[in-house]
Amino acid sequence: MTTVAEVSPAKDTRARLPIADVRWSTVLAPLVVGVLALAAWEWLVASFDIEPFVLPAPSAIWEQITLNADSIVRGASVTGRNALIGTLFGAVIGVGGAMLAGTFRFLDQMAAPVVAALAVIPIVALAPVLYSMYGAAVDTGRIIVAGLSVSIPVYLNTLRGLRQVRAVHRDLMTAYAAGPFQVIRSVTLPTATPYVFTGLRVASSLAVIAALIAEYFGGPIGGLGKSITSSAASSNYPLAWAYVTGAIVLGLLFYVVTLLVELWFSRHHRPAAG
Amino acid sequence: MNDPAIQARGVHRVFGKGRKQVIALSDVDLTVADGEFVSLIGPSGCGKSTLLRLVADLDASTSGEITVFGKTARQARIDQEYGIAFQQSGLLPWRTVAGNIELPLKLHGVNADERRRRVAELLELVGLSDFAKSHPDQLSGGMQQRVAIARALAESPRLLLMDEPFGALDEITRERMQNELVRICAETGAAVLFVTHSIPEAVFLSDRVVVMSPRPGRITGIVDVRADGMVPAHDRSAGARDEEGFFRAVGEVRSLLHGTPETAVTARGVDTR
Amino acid sequence: MRFRGIVLGFLGVATVVAAWDLYKGLGPEQGVLLGDTRILPRTTDLAMPHSWEMVQRFGEPVTSLSGAPDAFNAVFDASMFSLGLAARGWLLGVVVGLLLALVMSRFRIVESALLPWVVLSQTVPLIAIAPLVRRWGSEIEIGSHLWTSEDSVAVIAAYLAFFPVAVGALRGLKSPEATHLDLMRSFGIGWWRTLLTLRIPASVPYLLPALRLGAASAVIGAVVAEVSIGLKGGLGRMVIDYAVAASGDPAKPWAPIFGAVAIGLVAAGAVGLLGLVLRPFRLTGVAP
Repeated sequence: MTTVAEVSPAKDTRARLPIADVRWSTVLAPLVVGVLALAAWEWLVASFDIEPFVLPAPSAIWEQITLNADSIVRGASVTGRNALIGTLFGAVIGVGGAMLAGTFRFLDQMAAPVVAALAVIPIVALAPVLYSMYGAAVDTGRIIVAGLSVSIPVYLNTLRGLRQVRAVHRDLMTAYAAGPFQVIRSVTLPTATPYVFTGLRVASSLAVIAALIAEYFGGPIGGLGKSITSSAASSNYPLAWAYVTGAIVLGLLFYVVTLLVELWFSRHHRPAAG
Repeated sequence: MNDPAIQARGVHRVFGKGRKQVIALSDVDLTVADGEFVSLIGPSGCGKSTLLRLVADLDASTSGEITVFGKTARQARIDQEYGIAFQQSGLLPWRTVAGNIELPLKLHGVNADERRRRVAELLELVGLSDFAKSHPDQLSGGMQQRVAIARALAESPRLLLMDEPFGALDEITRERMQNELVRICAETGAAVLFVTHSIPEAVFLSDRVVVMSPRPGRITGIVDVRADGMVPAHDRSAGARDEEGFFRAVGEVRSLLHGTPETAVTARGVDTR
Repeated sequence: MRFRGIVLGFLGVATVVAAWDLYKGLGPEQGVLLGDTRILPRTTDLAMPHSWEMVQRFGEPVTSLSGAPDAFNAVFDASMFSLGLAARGWLLGVVVGLLLALVMSRFRIVESALLPWVVLSQTVPLIAIAPLVRRWGSEIEIGSHLWTSEDSVAVIAAYLAFFPVAVGALRGLKSPEATHLDLMRSFGIGWWRTLLTLRIPASVPYLLPALRLGAASAVIGAVVAEVSIGLKGGLGRMVIDYAVAASGDPAKPWAPIFGAVAIGLVAAGAVGLLGLVLRPFRLTGVAP
């Protein structure tokens, strides 16, 4: 028989993250822009004598970061904890809901207006009433706000993923006379998985933002959001910016972790695959 | 005498209702004997894929009767009497090559040792032993299709249903795959129902070529490649493509395809490679 | 089938409302606790009003002071105020987003330099800076225009709105297939004409959801910015003010929340109407 050697025999079948094929310019260009922007910012503040309440210099912010590193980390852990618990709950609700809605069409139609509304309304505005329902001294209200924000994109993406099962795969399962649970396990869930994690990546940023902003609406102190407002209230703007920096790093952390998870789970889902 | 692999009697399939009604198949009778290789050929919309899907019980006929080894199509599917391959390889991208081939075995509760043994056998058969741990996206189109064929053969079915399995491949890969399919069929002795657009492919592979025409989809003629004068075409060695009998059979199929009155329009869709 | 969808939709909303009132009626006073954590809310009248009380509250005066307007009127005015700011922010965000997308689609190097920052700008909670622009009001002068707190709110709203527009428009502008681009090339027409005849029409299916998302984001941005900046007159501030009154008037804080729901839906719906106007283009494009 003829052996076809189009590809060298399975040299590297280890799963790789598809970030290996980035070019130098795609890494370098944004870095250059970032450094330039920072430099310009510093220069602007110094040469135009801009007041710190308008915009403090990066150097002043950095000074506050180094001075208050402890308190920033503590604040980030409080806000991060709310966001994390919210993300987990929201993801479970989103995925579970989507699986129900994917199975029973009437549930999908019943949920449609509620989901559509939740997708366009400022969910954080619920924070004050949640504080009175759950008590203003606990973080539950914030977790719920974060969880709700997460559940919507996760739900929508998962539902979309569940509907991506290709006709040829469905035919194949019919041809194998596979039972409903076998179909779900071997085709439907694996097909939907990358979509779930795409939703989760989008949602992770929302979780941090929601948990943070919910603090602006009241509730217990300790988180980054409260620290930002209280430093701003006492006119310590560089410190407030230092807390903002902490929030940015926290958001970035959530984003990068979920992005890596997403890339991992979608590594073999390139459209080229049959 | 064994039950024939496939027996279709008076099969109709109508899609849609009222004015949008399309008659996909009209009064189709066809018998495929055990171990026989039969191709369905015809222009787009002639119902050849529909017929295959009816045999596979992926779709139900409007009227008429289809039996597979004497059972209803539905029972045959539940009993896993056939293996199937499509134009798209339909591999699960998140499973390895070995994982894809063992899928039907796994679904039907074959134990792990037995699965491993069978997968190794099949990989050997399609010449992909080195790629067991690769994922489908690391293979070329032809290799993906070979994996799909290995998967179709996993449970040693006595009947293979193939819906344009080489349709998306380039001509060179295609001929190579045809040679391999001939070899595999000889080794397994399975009956095959093979849907194709290509006249040479149909003639080269088949014992009989069933020519179909559209609107309504029906059988217009059957060319028996084993018949007198075409026998050389049927030795199915790679050289057979150059034999005179091969060309005669090709010519006969072609005239059947173009001969019916309305094919003057529809035949444009025919791939006469 | 459409009818069935509408009926089921109403049924869905009704289910949520019914679940709320059932829990309010039958749930334990102190909520459901798991260890020390309350996982279901308290059901006291103070913590959780009945749904009909929330609706009734709209018809009652805002405060007991004589001459106080109906809650409905107050919420309506605040909603219009916030919606106006969100619309300003949305317009600004759309303009900035489209320009960014245009430049990024034209110059590859700009795309690689800016796109990561555009993505980053939304993945990080930069909206955290909202409290920090509070002091900008009446402190900055640009030309003859004195910077107001309204401007600050609009800028924050724009900041949230530009992202989906920039990313969606970029994807849309880059969506034409290579064959179409080759065709334009063979016609010998330049980048500008290609933009008008091919890229912009092709981007419509991507742009519409982006604009709708941008509108929803602008509303969220406006409400949140009002809270952080402390701007009176809009829904954001009203949510906070009414929440203070919750102890004596539990249904009151729900009024501005319904206002926020309403303007979120109105904003998304208004952009949806834009989609009807541009419908012809949706057919030519691929689904995003």
